[in-house]
Amino acid sequence: MELVTVYEILIVLFLIVSGVFGIVGSFGLIKLNNPMSRLHAPTKATTLGVGGVLIASVLHSILIEGYVSLNELLITLFLLLTAPITAHFIAKAHIHRHETAEDLPSPGGDHGWATLQCDPKDMVE
Amino acid sequence: MIDIAIYFTFGCFTASLFMNLWKILRAEGVGDRVLALDTMVINVIALIVLYGMKFSTEIVFESALIISMLGFVSTVAYARFMLRGNIIE
Repeated sequence: MELVTVYEILIVLFLIVSGVFGIVGSFGLIKLNNPMSRLHAPTKATTLGVGGVLIASVLHSILIEGYVSLNELLITLFLLLTAPITAHFIAKAHIHRHETAEDLPSPGGDHGWATLQCDPKDMVE
Repeated sequence: MIDIAIYFTFGCFTASLFMNLWKILRAEGVGDRVLALDTMVINVIALIVLYGMKFSTEIVFESALIISMLGFVSTVAYARFMLRGNIIE
């Protein structure tokens, strides 16, 4: 009985933390004032929120229900893999649609921003 | 105690969905709308997993996996469409 209470506290902790992170991520999507700042809120905070829910679900199925269910880990892995790719695509679309090479800060190398530079020799092949 | 926490998390993610809907309706550019749609998909996955926890069914996790894959593919397709004007070249 004592152990069940400890397990419940662990699951409740994961659930509360994930709920708070989910609502913070979506609130940041409304509240932040820069498009590239707004990109941070859902891709980081909301991913962490969903990860917390999935970990709580794994713990619930193992500790309370009594069977092992690892589908949630697959969803967690998939979300953690795809969230940076999504953010990268949206940021790249933003750079090409709204920014010019003069507006962006210098990347500090021999070349400029790679996504904005195109060598005509590379276009031929 | 777990039930109360599940209801609290349901409330949090439902409020998040309404915030995303507000952002889709009142966004400045198309990039924000795509981002809000992507966040909506992630929040819906959380709601589905919470439903599976609440009613102790395991079958909803396959649908959560499929919806996460569909959300990723659709967001990439939207980003491609914003960037290039078409999706499959």
